[in-house]
Amino acid sequence: MIADLPTREPGQELLRTVGLTKHFRLGGFLSTRYLHGVDDIDLVIHEDEIVALVGESGSGKSTIARLIARVYRPTGGDILHHGRSVNRLQSRREVLEYRGRVPMVFQDPYGSLSPVYRVSHGIMRALKLHRTDLSKRGRQEEAERLLEAVGLVPARDFLGKYPYQLSGGQRQRIGFAQALACRPELILADEPVSMLDVSVRIGVLNLMASLRRRERISFLYITHDIASARYVADRLVVMYAGQVAESGPVEDVLAHPKHPYTQLLLSAVPDPRAPISLPSTSEVQEPPRVVNPAEGCRFRARCPYAIEQCSRVTPRLRQLRPDHLAACHVATNELEPAYMEGRESLR
Amino acid sequence: MIATSPTTRPLLQVKDLCVDYLTDRGPVRAVDRVSLDLAKGEFLGIVGESGCGKSTLLFAIARLLSAPAEISAGEIWFDGRDMISMDEDELRHLRWSDYSVVMQSAMNALNPVMTVAEQLADAIRAHVRMPERKLRARSEELLKVVGIDPVHLRSYPHQLSGGMRQRAMIAMALALTPDLVIMDEPTSALDVVAQRSLMLKIKQLQREFGFATIFVTHDMSLVSHFSDRLAVMYAGQVVEIGETRQVFAEPKHPYTVGLMRSFPSIRGALQPLAGIPGSPPDLARPPSGCRFHPRCPQKFARCPGEEPDLYARDQALVRCFLFDDR
Repeated sequence: MIADLPTREPGQELLRTVGLTKHFRLGGFLSTRYLHGVDDIDLVIHEDEIVALVGESGSGKSTIARLIARVYRPTGGDILHHGRSVNRLQSRREVLEYRGRVPMVFQDPYGSLSPVYRVSHGIMRALKLHRTDLSKRGRQEEAERLLEAVGLVPARDFLGKYPYQLSGGQRQRIGFAQALACRPELILADEPVSMLDVSVRIGVLNLMASLRRRERISFLYITHDIASARYVADRLVVMYAGQVAESGPVEDVLAHPKHPYTQLLLSAVPDPRAPISLPSTSEVQEPPRVVNPAEGCRFRARCPYAIEQCSRVTPRLRQLRPDHLAACHVATNELEPAYMEGRESLR
Repeated sequence: MIATSPTTRPLLQVKDLCVDYLTDRGPVRAVDRVSLDLAKGEFLGIVGESGCGKSTLLFAIARLLSAPAEISAGEIWFDGRDMISMDEDELRHLRWSDYSVVMQSAMNALNPVMTVAEQLADAIRAHVRMPERKLRARSEELLKVVGIDPVHLRSYPHQLSGGMRQRAMIAMALALTPDLVIMDEPTSALDVVAQRSLMLKIKQLQREFGFATIFVTHDMSLVSHFSDRLAVMYAGQVVEIGETRQVFAEPKHPYTVGLMRSFPSIRGALQPLAGIPGSPPDLARPPSGCRFHPRCPQKFARCPGEEPDLYARDQALVRCFLFDDR
């Protein structure tokens, strides 16, 4: 996280998932083959906190966001919002209220805005739906304030524009403004910068940091890019094949990665600032599709440290450092990143 | 040009190449006076944002452009042959055997209803006659070279993972041991781990077979450890070209400097980054003078009125008046 406030105490618990599980049936409705999207996820997001969910495609990170947003109904487990079960929300009013508190920002800013409506349309709709306290005039003023908050000035000009008149970065800012219109506590941001140009990505990341600072909004930031996660987030949650492999404070996980998968991921990040040294092998297998899995660690086939126990017992998350957990039988307090060793220079 | 040995003729020479897209509102210049040299066995990286013309440039070099795009000026010399004057028949002889192209999305580039073996055989048979048994052996060898189990010769593209499909594409590209392999973001659909392993594979194969590579990407850090030279493109023009390590160590053009400050690192102290204000220009209406001046933090009086040339500085070429010594 960029040091905006020196030492920040985490706020109160805002949202918690308890054993959150989603299985997708493959084939017809009599099929007994299930794809395990996510299994047994315990995740806590505090007030005023940015949590980054990192993993490869197919690791289940977007599934978690969709479960929290109530796009999917969970197969098992629950989501607690200020201690109240989200699964049990019944009335339309309660569901609307929850969706306003926990809105989503999508990956593709070119597909998530309707081309036939002006920018004002989406924001005004959200305001009408979620901010019934505002008059028509109040909504207009609030819409302008929101656009200014996401860095689109002069706001009045932007309200009248159509999406085709905006760049990718500006569209994504509209996405954030629409989410802000609901007066959210937590924004689920699913790969919000991965489709943007490199030179404008950092602006959107800075926007997330400033919204947290100024509007006290928490984020669940979903990404495959660990470096950007480090840039904005307080805590890092690393997913592998539908399970949490490791979680902890960002800097602690980066300095002391405990799970062999986290170590692999870190060693693969392209970084021009790193010295020129490359691992001698390019043979890396790919993550499994988890269909009707048996007991055991899902990373074991790719793991250089696998022991007999790994194929029998699914590892549970264990605390190895303060607030830093890893689901690995082999990881200890001492294990240092062995992936970083055994490299040979290419030049 | 700089950083190639003067005694040997370059494998590929691109001189003042221009590509226009013909639209209803007149031509839009997507590639503007680009000059490049590529030595045998060299790895050239080309980086830039979407719409900077990097893919159009590659397609022009491979002579794969189709309407409404057309080469409007410039020269392309490949191994002493004039590529621009060649017709489709002559190009067909060169494709696959002298140069090959690896596309961004293997899923779209591979034929979904043909097995890997059939597609490999197709490319090989178009150029050399080979008995069935030998063809089989060659195909198996090619898959092994790119790290795929030969059982996948019987697989269809959808049965392979994303990384394996890209490797299969590369196997096809290498089937007739070309001198030049042109790659258009071959790793952009892959995860970091698969991406890293594919890059290592490409580099290893390049050493083994000695082909030259032009590698286009939007991710500057990806090529930092792999390419010999790096060209940075902005709004259809090359704005900086030099040795890769030097470009990273001492970026010169304000745009390159801005790009370098646009991606965070997982190493070292964490610094606030600013990126580059604004967004890339619409090529139908490019800014006057230097095309980067509206976003440039170092612009001065000369920039909006006059177009900068490429100026030489420390083994690199930079399109910026800050480096004009006149």
